[in-house]
Amino acid sequence: MKNKLKNALILFVTFFKIGAFTFGGGYAMIPIIEKEICDKHKWLKGEEILDIFAIAESTPGPIAINSATFVGYKVAGFFGAFCATFGVVLPSFVIISLISLVLKEFSEYKAVKYAFMGIRAGVLALVIKALVSMYKKCSKGLFSYILMGGALLISAFTEINVIYIIIACALIGLIYSVVLRKRGKEV
Amino acid sequence: MIYLELFLTFFRIGLFTFGGGYAMLPLIQDAVLQNAWLSEEAIVNFIAVSESTPGPFAINIATYVGIETGGILGAVCATLGVVLPSFIVILIVAKVYKKFQESKTVKGCMTGLRPTVIGLIASAVLNIGTTVFFPDGFALANLNFYNMAVSLVIAVLGILLIFKKKIHPILLIVISAVLGIAAGFIGELI
Repeated sequence: MKNKLKNALILFVTFFKIGAFTFGGGYAMIPIIEKEICDKHKWLKGEEILDIFAIAESTPGPIAINSATFVGYKVAGFFGAFCATFGVVLPSFVIISLISLVLKEFSEYKAVKYAFMGIRAGVLALVIKALVSMYKKCSKGLFSYILMGGALLISAFTEINVIYIIIACALIGLIYSVVLRKRGKEV
Repeated sequence: MIYLELFLTFFRIGLFTFGGGYAMLPLIQDAVLQNAWLSEEAIVNFIAVSESTPGPFAINIATYVGIETGGILGAVCATLGVVLPSFIVILIVAKVYKKFQESKTVKGCMTGLRPTVIGLIASAVLNIGTTVFFPDGFALANLNFYNMAVSLVIAVLGILLIFKKKIHPILLIVISAVLGIAAGFIGELI
């Protein structure tokens, strides 16, 4: 019991550090988690971490939260999951709360307005980059292209809620995989 | 009741986000604009803030939307909302994760979800492009050609720097800010 409590506390501190020092969340966290959880504390093996990230990708929610909860649970049960998740969230929460005050204070300055005009154009470049790297990692093929294009068109030109598009496409994927399997192909 | 609404909205967003990074962005745009919690411009500004501060985008944006609309308690509700679905689902999956990993149903759903998320992010990128180039709509009278030209130069330069030179996102944001300030004050002179 005492050991579990101590591990939970270490989990909190570890994930607090991860939350406070990784920029970009999600995948940027993998090397730090490996170093702290596998190398330093030897709580999990390398391939277990890879499994965890694979699952974090196919369960709902941000990857950072999913993997923190999962690692925490494996190391110290429910309380460990709670401590790891709380730890990874807390730095963001504090930093953004402070920054929102600063943003409000300065947002009326002319130079700040001009800066953000430039920044918005820079953000466009950043999200295009993110989009291209995701596209490169995705499987290609007619089925993928139809879903990509369909989701893009429906979301850009109709008022249909994004959530319905997501549910519909998950079902389409499921049906498609069943049909493929019936024909004796693997997905 | 804004607190409950923030919690429920971000709970839904957390429950239907698949994948990392900006996978959450289309859902955020949908919900935030529908409720008129923030302007599209404020969301784009915040993407830059989130890139320049530590922590996952999902938590950063939930906290920000929460605090802007409902103060600290609003931030707590939104952040709790976005975290809770993950937390619950993972606790369940962690017990059966070997089965989950080999589940054909999960694999099937993911073959549909992966490309969909990319299409949805592409649509979010289009929204951002509209905000950058047509902040006041497409009517000719509302177009500011000077700002459009400046934005185009910065966006193209940004794409070149990030794809070819692979510069760090924060550096790109700093460069964009400096260029924006310079262009703004030059614009006042002419």
